[in-house]
Amino acid sequence: MAAPGWRRPRARLAAALRCARAARNWKHRAQQPPRAEPVQAALYVHWPYCQKRCSYCNFNKYIPRGLDEESMRSCLTREAQTLIHLSQVQRISSVFFGGGTPSLASPLTIAAVLETVSRRAHLAADAEVTLEANPTSAGASRLAGFRASGVNRLSIGIQSLDNAELRLLGRNHTADEALGTLEEAKKLFPGRTSVDLIFGLPGQSISSWAGGLEELLQLCDDHVSLYQLTLERGTSLFKQVQQGSLPVPKQEVVAEMYESAREMLRDVGFRQYEVSNFARNGALSTHNLSYWQGSQYIGIGPGAHGRFVPRAHGESLREARIQTLEPDSWMKEVLAFGHGTRKRTVLSQLEVLEEVLVLGLRTDIGITHQHWQQFAASLSLWDMFGSSEEVKELEDQGLLLLDNRGLRCSWKGLAVLDSLLLTLLNQLQQSWADRTAHRT
Amino acid sequence: MDFYQKKTVHYEYLVLEEYDVREKLDMSIFPVENIRNFSIIAHVDHGKSTLADRLLEITGTIAKTDQNKQVLDKLQVERERGITVKAQTASLFYSYEGMNYLLNLIDTPGHVDFSYEVSRSLSACQGVILVVDANEGIQAQTMANFYLAFEAQLAIIPVINKIDLKNADPERVEKQIEKLFDISKDECIRISAKLGTNVEKVLQEVIEKVPPPSVNIRDPLKALVFDSTFDHYRGVIANIALFGGEVQKGHKIVSAHTRKTYEVNEVGILTPNEQPTHTLYAGQVGYLIAGMKEVTEAQIGDTLYLHKQPVEPLPGFKSAKPMVFAGMYPVDQAEYNNLKNAIEKLTLNDSSVTIHRDSSLALGAGWRLGFLGLLHLEVFNQRLEQEYNASVILTAPTVPYKAVLSSTKLIKEHGKEEITVINPAEFPDKSSVSEYLEPTVLGTIITPDEHIGKILTLCQTRRAVQKDMMYIDEHRVMLKYIFPLNEIVVDFYDALKSLSSGYASFDYEDAEYQAADLVKMDILLNGNSVEELGTVVHKDKAYAVGKAMCERLKDAIPRQLFEIAIQAALGSEVIARETVKAYRKNVLAKCYGGDITRKMKLLKRQAEGKKKMRKIGNVEVPKDAFISVLKRQSEK
Repeated sequence: MAAPGWRRPRARLAAALRCARAARNWKHRAQQPPRAEPVQAALYVHWPYCQKRCSYCNFNKYIPRGLDEESMRSCLTREAQTLIHLSQVQRISSVFFGGGTPSLASPLTIAAVLETVSRRAHLAADAEVTLEANPTSAGASRLAGFRASGVNRLSIGIQSLDNAELRLLGRNHTADEALGTLEEAKKLFPGRTSVDLIFGLPGQSISSWAGGLEELLQLCDDHVSLYQLTLERGTSLFKQVQQGSLPVPKQEVVAEMYESAREMLRDVGFRQYEVSNFARNGALSTHNLSYWQGSQYIGIGPGAHGRFVPRAHGESLREARIQTLEPDSWMKEVLAFGHGTRKRTVLSQLEVLEEVLVLGLRTDIGITHQHWQQFAASLSLWDMFGSSEEVKELEDQGLLLLDNRGLRCSWKGLAVLDSLLLTLLNQLQQSWADRTAHRT
Repeated sequence: MDFYQKKTVHYEYLVLEEYDVREKLDMSIFPVENIRNFSIIAHVDHGKSTLADRLLEITGTIAKTDQNKQVLDKLQVERERGITVKAQTASLFYSYEGMNYLLNLIDTPGHVDFSYEVSRSLSACQGVILVVDANEGIQAQTMANFYLAFEAQLAIIPVINKIDLKNADPERVEKQIEKLFDISKDECIRISAKLGTNVEKVLQEVIEKVPPPSVNIRDPLKALVFDSTFDHYRGVIANIALFGGEVQKGHKIVSAHTRKTYEVNEVGILTPNEQPTHTLYAGQVGYLIAGMKEVTEAQIGDTLYLHKQPVEPLPGFKSAKPMVFAGMYPVDQAEYNNLKNAIEKLTLNDSSVTIHRDSSLALGAGWRLGFLGLLHLEVFNQRLEQEYNASVILTAPTVPYKAVLSSTKLIKEHGKEEITVINPAEFPDKSSVSEYLEPTVLGTIITPDEHIGKILTLCQTRRAVQKDMMYIDEHRVMLKYIFPLNEIVVDFYDALKSLSSGYASFDYEDAEYQAADLVKMDILLNGNSVEELGTVVHKDKAYAVGKAMCERLKDAIPRQLFEIAIQAALGSEVIARETVKAYRKNVLAKCYGGDITRKMKLLKRQAEGKKKMRKIGNVEVPKDAFISVLKRQSEK
């Protein structure tokens, strides 16, 4: 197979040097503006269509009546061009096709987006390119087509190996179909196939959950994502539970499911590198990891979110950006303006730090001192959290660690991170305000 | 007492041609023997206001138009509870058998919470019209009103109203009146106030049966204050009844209660608007304005006399004695000043509400208010909400307990042996007390007999002691019980109404303090006492109350990183416990691009909420948890 032309390796060194230089400059400068962002970003591409509505999903998705994929494709590429330019990034570190059901898109569309990206920025040959796939829409031949278009990692929404549960979730595939897809994917993307499972379903027992997971662990590749079902307002599952026709999953039971799953995965050599993500043989998702490390990312497609500095406008602060939700309106905007950005919110330095804290602690490594320093050069983790009584209490309870490596959750703490974050966010705000008061 | 007046009556005032209103009325044309002072008393909705309207029309005090219909009661609580129905005080001029009479209709608030006010109003009367609904018959409040009139030895004119109704059964009501009040059924007047049927007869009975006041114009001035209102421009307007002498502009008068001296600016009669007169004479009823700045200067029951001519004050004066206390806090502390203004405005017309500033670590700055009774409290609260748009947290009502001290040290400290305890934090320990006392009331319940079983059980669970039980006709039973006041202040009335499908009526009057086995109950969170949740309870009720409080707290305290023991304890003895389990999992499963914004918002809102929580030991308690435990439970 001929490598597509965009897979040109480029000197990583240059980029690294640029980063180091930027960091050094920052140290010498005063507090404003924040440190220059590295000139790279991850790219998220949202495919907004599904064949069928799942009963638990409140994502931005549409069941298309007549889908003009060609227009969709040209809009995605157009928006990618515009936003990459706007961000002035020179390198796209990874690409993720999410949805919706992006495996319903044609491999042509995937290839077109990747080509555009590699024309506008550097996309390394080994850069991670993930596609979310649904078992039914991803037969062997289609999967091969995606691989040929440049996809090198697959994330399969298996969700459950119990057909009754799959029906409850409103999935349009059976457990056997899911396993068939997994089988094919492993052949095409060895070591780079991930599976998603959902737990905490109404009526699900701890033993049935553990049984399903056990079965999957015999067959899966090196990456597993486990998501607790969140009942989202507006979904049919939410309504059924609300009306009492389905039982509410008990907190204690769900906690037990999570705990037993973590242990089972640990026992077979998986590293829990994030709250819901497990990998062995180093098969971490670099794309998702970049979210949790607070890196820049560009989002294209209807409803996609982004976090980047629009440097082409001469800005220096990061923005939270959301694209227009509804596909037809989004397309119109892209055609008219080159992009469909609906909302831009400038993030203050403190807000960026809050995100870094909240996201970083989701990982097993947590936030290292070096990592933190990239975002807050003048205020170390020790300065921020070292003298707080409440943080100390959390440490004493064995939930949190602050040491020479950095700040991170313990095994026990990771499961209750959201409780820890309330204390930490308040402390962060406090330290930040104290610092500002001190300076003025 | 504008405060209790819920019926806004739109009168068209007539110019009284015989008495030129531009010149002040000369009231000397009414000798004492031509004066009748009377009240109308009735259970709620039995037709007191309608009858008053008709009497005013017949006597030409107001024009006879369609508009003289009482506007519907403004306050829901008044409609439901029957506080009420307060007719205007009005002087009626009526000619009968060639004589001109001055008939003074004196208002009374219609609920026993205000029995003191009623008793003062009645003390200015020589007779009452007792109105009973021809369909509903005698109700608890009819009984209470009858006894007040009976004890005051007033002439009683029984009137059976609403005979025009389809279900009217005046014979049955006459039998009830005969049986309960020992009044011959021949004396009952059957009327329809709505249609005007027989109303004239009522007026004539007032003249025939109610004796003129026995007073002497040559005695020194002796005037009873039986009501007072506050006017922003003129100050306090006191409604007075003259038991002797006369009063006019320029007189110097003294309050027997405060000993303050005032100069009279204006006197007059109420028709029912204020109509200035030269003078008011013994036996007459009217108003007086004398530069009093606050309603507390014209307390109900006070006696006014002429400077340097002191008289023996009229008997029966009491300062308002609050029997039900409740904490009141603004929902939002930023609203403190607005609420303060609203409370001040409301109390301008109601000197019987006592106010003490209070503050709670959980609820912030607020007040501890004392009320005459539960209904008084409800009306006050509803008026705050409806008229001042104030949203308040009202804590569950408590009653004043007493403790007889045995510790000489404490007796010395307090300067007396018997102390009143309002705040549970000040409840003295058993070791220094010889006995605790709790207030009781004598309650009257009238109910159709099919509900008796359930009502007896209810009373029993409220520690009530039965004093009497009798059939007032074939189907209706009257029960009398001594209740500990604290057993009825929370939800007794609603329980009674709901188990009798609304047919039982209830009324009560103050009774004695009685010895009671009281204990102070503490609420502990992981062993730390929560001061604002401490409460005084009867020992027999401690478990049930403690358990309910623990359960409510359990539902209101969010899970935390450790287990929380919620306990109710009497001293060191734990009597109830609930547990809030520790969080084992609290982390959002998915957190990618699109979720981050939402997640940050949620977390920051929660972090903000965490800052506002009150820490008891290391347990974080949200304000809502305190509210859910302290607040009066919704009774509907």
